[in-house]
Amino acid sequence: MILRRFVLAFSLSALATVAIASTANIGERQQIMKSNGGATKPVVAMLKGEAPFDLAVVQKSLANYQDNIGKFVTLFPDDSKSGEKTSASPKIWEDMAGFKAAADKFAADAKMASTAITDEASFKSNMPNVLKNCGSCHEAWRVKDPQ
Amino acid sequence: MGRLIRSLVAAIALAALGAYWLATFDAYTVFRGDGRLTASRPPNAANGKVLFAAGGCFSCHASPSSPDRLHIGGGQPLKTPFGVFYPPNISPDPVDGIGRWTVLQFIRALREGTAPDGHSYYPAFPYPSYRHLTPEDAADLFAYIKTLPPLSGRTPEHALFFPYSVRQGLGLWKLAFLDARVIENDLTRPPEWNRGHYLVEGIGHCAECHSPRSLAGAVIAEKRLAGGPAVEGKGFVPNLTPDRTGLGEWSEAEIASVLRDGFTPDFDSVGGAMADVVRNTAQLSDADRMAIAIYLKSLPPIAGQSRSK
Repeated sequence: MILRRFVLAFSLSALATVAIASTANIGERQQIMKSNGGATKPVVAMLKGEAPFDLAVVQKSLANYQDNIGKFVTLFPDDSKSGEKTSASPKIWEDMAGFKAAADKFAADAKMASTAITDEASFKSNMPNVLKNCGSCHEAWRVKDPQ
Repeated sequence: MGRLIRSLVAAIALAALGAYWLATFDAYTVFRGDGRLTASRPPNAANGKVLFAAGGCFSCHASPSSPDRLHIGGGQPLKTPFGVFYPPNISPDPVDGIGRWTVLQFIRALREGTAPDGHSYYPAFPYPSYRHLTPEDAADLFAYIKTLPPLSGRTPEHALFFPYSVRQGLGLWKLAFLDARVIENDLTRPPEWNRGHYLVEGIGHCAECHSPRSLAGAVIAEKRLAGGPAVEGKGFVPNLTPDRTGLGEWSEAEIASVLRDGFTPDFDSVGGAMADVVRNTAQLSDADRMAIAIYLKSLPPIAGQSRSK
């Protein structure tokens, strides 16, 4: 009897741990994407000519992208496919290698741009190539559901 | 008794013939068309190019093996609850594409959903929106498509579930759900609004994805543009009306902006099928993107499902 209770309690706590782990992953993924959005806002304003060019801000955004995306791809364990308003497409788990390759491409493009961008002209010619990754990844790997 | 049976048989035969005729494209033209099937001026391929971008022809008619946005050999499967559609080759190839079509055949395809051989297209081809185009614009689009590279290769037949696989039903479907009238300018509204109305409800065919559909596959009128489930499986298409659950908090400039670079006001980047739509709308003029925004913001707000943040 005691044994049975022990087993039950043990399984329940194991289940709860799994649930917490996945929730944490999904929450962290969403925070990272918010951070990417925050890094993109000033950059797009500069591209549109709505804000003056500021090399330090651009370089900071490019560094943020690289840090963020490296962490981002490690946050997709099998138990984090659903829940917590996730917009992750099931395709991520069907083709994890393809997903990681897309993330690597984003990081590589950001890295290349951080070397290439030294002034406003090189910013305007190199930055759009980095930002294209946002749309192409969301096209392939994200599915929005109403929450 | 014999006479009664004979009359019954005759009545049934007549009814069947009538139903058969109603399902032909002639009936649709007679009852629902506005007769405008010829252009009143020579075609303008430059305008056709704008319409090609606004309509996003490439997004469905792409050749799957080619990333070139001028290659419209078709064949990329479109998976829907009705089955799988294979958009056809609309390149100007004379054998496999539309190279031998006349301009009248093209206009009928676009405005009435009718193929040159008289069969009706499935409304996966969004003629429920294209029917609102002027014949001049349709002819311009045809002139532009004729300048694109001809590609050989036929696409597979659509693989649809019964009863959607019965093509004859489409003639009746058109009679039930469509008219084929050109969008007329509303003189009480500014020209930008009229342009936006024409782009959104005509060539842009926004409502074809951004509205829920009935079991018969028709857009539900009272929820038009208010978003709904994605036709291609899991997911959700946002509400475009100025409701709290839609574009209520967006400015016109923000709507025009997302159509140019894909970024929402909180710097999310649009994904799914919209990512490719943005590659098309990015080719439009600022004025056209703004016209779309002005029209969308003028719509009555309709509550839809909330967008996830």
